[in-house]
Amino acid sequence: MTDADLSKGELLERLRAQVTSREARLRPSPYPAPAELVGLLDGGLKPGAAYSLDTSGALLAALLAGPSADGHWCAVVGVPEFGAEAAGHAGVVLDRLVLVPDPADQWLAVTAALVEAVPVVAVRPYGRVREADAARLASRLRDRGSVLLVDGAWPRAEARVTLGEACWSGVGPGHGYLNSREVTVTVSSRRLPAARSVRLVLPSPDGRLAPIDRPVVAEPAAVLRAVG
Amino acid sequence: MSTRVVEPTPRVVESPQTPREAGGDRCLVLWFPGWPVTAWALSEGADVHQPLAVVVANRVVACSPEASAEGVVTGQRRREAQSRCPTLRVLPADEARDNREFAAVLDCVEQLVPGVQVVRPGVCALRSRGFASYVGSEAEAAEVLLESVVTTLDIATGRAGVADGLFAALQAAYAGDPVRVVPSGESAAFLAPLPVSRLGDETLTTLLPRLGVHTLGGFAALGPTAVRDRFGQHGLRLHTLASGADPRVVQPRVPPPELVRQIAFEPPLSRIDQVAFTARSTVEQFIAGLSAAGLACTELRIEFTGDLDEFVARTWGTPGMFDAPAVVDRIRWQLQAAAGDQLGSAVTGMRLEPVVVDALANHVPGLFGTGTDERVHHVLSRVQGMLGHDGVLTPRIGGGRWLAERQELVPWGDRPSPASPSAPWPGSLPDPLPTTVFAEPRPVHLLTAGGRGVAVDDRGMLHDVPTQLRDGEERRTVIGWAGPWPIDERSWDPVRHRRASRFQVVDGTGTAWLLVLQGSHWWAEGRYD
Repeated sequence: MTDADLSKGELLERLRAQVTSREARLRPSPYPAPAELVGLLDGGLKPGAAYSLDTSGALLAALLAGPSADGHWCAVVGVPEFGAEAAGHAGVVLDRLVLVPDPADQWLAVTAALVEAVPVVAVRPYGRVREADAARLASRLRDRGSVLLVDGAWPRAEARVTLGEACWSGVGPGHGYLNSREVTVTVSSRRLPAARSVRLVLPSPDGRLAPIDRPVVAEPAAVLRAVG
Repeated sequence: MSTRVVEPTPRVVESPQTPREAGGDRCLVLWFPGWPVTAWALSEGADVHQPLAVVVANRVVACSPEASAEGVVTGQRRREAQSRCPTLRVLPADEARDNREFAAVLDCVEQLVPGVQVVRPGVCALRSRGFASYVGSEAEAAEVLLESVVTTLDIATGRAGVADGLFAALQAAYAGDPVRVVPSGESAAFLAPLPVSRLGDETLTTLLPRLGVHTLGGFAALGPTAVRDRFGQHGLRLHTLASGADPRVVQPRVPPPELVRQIAFEPPLSRIDQVAFTARSTVEQFIAGLSAAGLACTELRIEFTGDLDEFVARTWGTPGMFDAPAVVDRIRWQLQAAAGDQLGSAVTGMRLEPVVVDALANHVPGLFGTGTDERVHHVLSRVQGMLGHDGVLTPRIGGGRWLAERQELVPWGDRPSPASPSAPWPGSLPDPLPTTVFAEPRPVHLLTAGGRGVAVDDRGMLHDVPTQLRDGEERRTVIGWAGPWPIDERSWDPVRHRRASRFQVVDGTGTAWLLVLQGSHWWAEGRYD
């Protein structure tokens, strides 16, 4: 069977597979991301890439949890109010977590130093990010194969992850306790024209990221009335 | 098995000027009464001239002269001591502290006489012969030693005794005011009138008086065979002591190896890299000295002195052990941090002191893969050099009810304080926890529809319905809220007592807040974002 016998679609498929396998050989494997976000992030956090995130501790902790559980070190730069205990419950191993709460205007130098040895670095830029600084850091990231998670805007980010339509459950007017939050996570990647989104539970009652499992039958409970 | 009783054998007189001191093994004992109290005062930097008592198992084991003057005695019950002296300050016993502080006294004595034996913290013994003939007489020797302790450490309670053998010298020190010298060969006569309780043996102290033997002399008069038949080998040993023939000789302690290294820069150096370069060989000696002793330094103190008498000191920690390049790095960083404000002139001297050491065997690099952590440590140390020691932190979850106090941030390389996070903390939050914890309380306002602040009454009940959350200039609508959950902690401590109510509030944008009402002030403890 020659190539001419193949239909156009089959040929395209085969070429694509070849390209993917070659790329896979060249590129190191991505850092693990939560299973619910793997599809949106093209398989995980790509080594050498920068991701721009919405300001959300739960999202940051969920993204740090995968590499941290895999035995990698993580660092959080410039976030003085990082909730370490919540991050621990979300799956981040605190023994391999480093905080640099207040680097002030040295944040770029600190981040550049950290990516040398720490595979996943989260950073909240102090002031505006210059295009040239971002490019220099990007080349270092590619060289070291580290991932940068940026709380805020970042020039030439691999993808932007945003949260929307948050809806907390568990608390009513004057009663209850916060239980979980349903939220839409949207990933707009540089490589894809359209943004992709998914509805998730973040955080779930145990503090982690979880898929939505709706009750199969939402029978309204019988209304009880005081009698007598 | 039998023990040979060693009788003091008179030796040939060697120095005709001081025939008195030429006995067998002349022993000089220095005794510091109430040492646990003195040690406490030294370690706390407190005044010893107040009624103090150290108590073990509800009994006074040591007290200060002021407490004795009020009627407190050793062996008394704590309650009784407190009733005799209501202002008595009761201190916990700490044997490690007693030993640690006594090391300073030993150092002071060893400056004058080598070969000191520590009998127990507060009592040390040494051979008096050499030093006594150097000074002139035994009494003068004892006075010189006591004087040196007074001038160096300001401890004036010391007493000294000189006699044949350790036991007699100790008894002489107890009788000293401040110095008591028992001439050679007269130990037995000196000991004879003392009560048998001085032997420090409970069985004999109660038994001998019942047998009609009240003094050491009486005990010594008994035949050794009879004593051995009735009290065994232990009794025979005490009988030997009571006869003034202590077979023990002073066992000089081996002074600990000198691990501290110093270097003086001549001429003073004004550039950091010059200091780092010149100090390198000293640092290598320092590390080699530690390795020779089988030790690895995990906490290091570096001190610099400047030309204008500045003094800069700092203690550095490390998760691993310090090697020579790491110490040189610390020297450089410390100088960089101190340059300008703390250290304005050239450096004249440097001192390296190991604060915490560990067995070297615990720090040998593993055969396989410690690589990553080593690299991380190196990078984090570099960032620490940029931002300072407190710039790089590792989180650790400790105990407490408040989120900010639960997460303990430990500078990289420092030892976390021991805590008990597993202890039940009633009032602490269940999952999910706020992902944002404000290190500083963030003032907010929770308002009712009428614009009044929401308040909680004395019974912890809420009467108003919150409708608006004001965070700075931002106004947010409240769509859900829960609480109040009261926290009332340390009600026994008027300073740290804290009473507050916690609320959870969800605002219109879908952000949830953990708010705290303390008094009439609202603040945000955390945010669920």
